[in-house]
Amino acid sequence: MKRLSIYFLIGILFGIIMIKSEAASWFRIYEMFQFKSFHMFGIIGAAVTLGVITTQAIKQLKLRSFFGKEIKIDSKANLIKAPLFGGIIFGLGWALAGACPGPIYVLIGAGYFPILVVLFFAILGTYCYGWLKPRLPH
Amino acid sequence: MNLLTEPWPWYIGGPAIAVVLMLLLFTEKRFGMSSNLKTLCTIAGAGKKISFFNVDWRQHKWNLMVGLGAVVGGSIAATYMSDGTVGAIHKDVVVELNEMGVYGAGEAYMPVAFFGNEAFTNPKTLGLLALGGFLIGFGTRYAGGCTSGHAISGLSNLQLPSLIAVIGFFIGGLLMNHILLPNLL
Repeated sequence: MKRLSIYFLIGILFGIIMIKSEAASWFRIYEMFQFKSFHMFGIIGAAVTLGVITTQAIKQLKLRSFFGKEIKIDSKANLIKAPLFGGIIFGLGWALAGACPGPIYVLIGAGYFPILVVLFFAILGTYCYGWLKPRLPH
Repeated sequence: MNLLTEPWPWYIGGPAIAVVLMLLLFTEKRFGMSSNLKTLCTIAGAGKKISFFNVDWRQHKWNLMVGLGAVVGGSIAATYMSDGTVGAIHKDVVVELNEMGVYGAGEAYMPVAFFGNEAFTNPKTLGLLALGGFLIGFGTRYAGGCTSGHAISGLSNLQLPSLIAVIGFFIGGLLMNHILLPNLL
């Protein structure tokens, strides 16, 4: 239970960051795909730059977690078609709804309730992927 | 600059997201918000018919807690940490959106037509939100992750599939933004 509350607190922090950085703003996502502002690229670029440094430091220095265990970072499955085709489909949805999965939860809290429609159909879309998975190229 | 009430610039927001990634790594988890959509399918009983969902959802409870926290964090930020101002949106974008009938850029956080309660009574808007949601859910699971799992977490781990996925995100996003969206709105 104690550990679950840690993740709850990390989630609260994440929610605040998404709203305050405007990464959950439909307008910001639209502007990003128009290449008219550095804002979103700066956010993603800064996060990835610091993320690379942290992740590589953890791996090289074999750093331990807060709970004392060595941190294992597995790579995702080495596929090409699935991330490309899936990525394109997600990109279409991201630019239309203006939200990726993280901001969907955040926007519910912020009171933009039509995002619940997006959430419901995102769950349905995930279900359909699971159903069609054996027939899709990966 | 008042960080409590004003919108954050990228150089605060970006590093702050990296802090979330670090906190999850140091608590032995991977940052990835779309996995919750799969877990919700499993909880709804999808595992009975489709083996992809036949997993122990309790192992993903931590991520549901991150998602639940995100809802609460969104509420806190919108209620107590906002003076109503939003960052400036490029003027060309504002003009273009106004011409397409999407108002509020640079004035409101979200377009009211899509995310205000009036959206619930507009069949076309509901259809667009549904389509967007479906593509997000289908695409993220097919790709194996979303902006957090691939773009932030995956690129940080220098994974080739994540780079391919991010290129895919932008192919799809540019196609929607420049070609499809002007015809859909």
